[in-house]
Amino acid sequence: MHGKGLRTLAFLTALTLTAAYALVFFWTPNEADQGFVQKIFYLHVPMAIVALCGFVAGGVAGLMYLRTRDGKWDLRAYVAIHLSQILACGVLITGSIWAKASWGHWWLWDEPMLVSFLIVFLLYATYQVLRFSIEDRERQARYASVFAVVAGAFVPINFAVVRMAQSYVHPRTLGTTTGGMPSEMMLTFLIALAGMALLFVTLWKYEMASKSAGAQVRALRLRLLGDDDALPRRSAAPTL
Amino acid sequence: MPALPLDEAGKYVAAAYLVFLALLLVYVAIMSGRLGRLERDLTDLNRELEERDRQRERDPERVA
Repeated sequence: MHGKGLRTLAFLTALTLTAAYALVFFWTPNEADQGFVQKIFYLHVPMAIVALCGFVAGGVAGLMYLRTRDGKWDLRAYVAIHLSQILACGVLITGSIWAKASWGHWWLWDEPMLVSFLIVFLLYATYQVLRFSIEDRERQARYASVFAVVAGAFVPINFAVVRMAQSYVHPRTLGTTTGGMPSEMMLTFLIALAGMALLFVTLWKYEMASKSAGAQVRALRLRLLGDDDALPRRSAAPTL
Repeated sequence: MPALPLDEAGKYVAAAYLVFLALLLVYVAIMSGRLGRLERDLTDLNRELEERDRQRERDPERVA
């Protein structure tokens, strides 16, 4: 069921991302202070925003699981968090490259935005471990959902606190005090953000479809052949 | 820190975009591996069902 509309979505994602990065390199002007290096912004910031929204979406899906006890919500939360972790990994690497080019250091421990994002990343790194440590499927889903809700609430609070921090050298993306970005930059940024969001949704649907098909094959095997191998083995991933 | 010249900055920008591409490709490779496993499972399931049908045709009472 999750595979429905996947082809159109994938096409739209490819189109939006190609358009965004074509605009980045052929249309958008170089930023006055940082020059060409600032082009990393159109990749790094949308990836960070989508990753953080994915973590929050995982929390919402976790909350839905706790309300309904429907395994599909647990799977939705798992896939959203899993994809956000991959994006967050990309954010840390691209951010590090940008930091080296702009500030001359790969990492700055006194920079609240960098450290807080690392904390969020490490927090979610324990999600898989938590899931794998619990054998009972129902208990695994319940504990993981509680984790997803609490961590999902922590993400926006953490972000807001960092934005309010006094010591601040990290570039503020959508700040209003300095007049914001020029219109070309803002348009390109919004298209890149839409492309990244579409990529997230496409991969989320793809992974959901894959997991759902796997679960159906296992169920079919168990029903038709009574095969014990069809029973799900211990895994961090939820089973339907 | 002053803005880096284009030849210097280009390396960093290329590296950042290549990281994104690499992450995407690794993810797609892992997912295609999973898809391959799913296809193998379906092939096995079909083969086992055909085998069961053949046995049923040969010896209907025993299978039943």
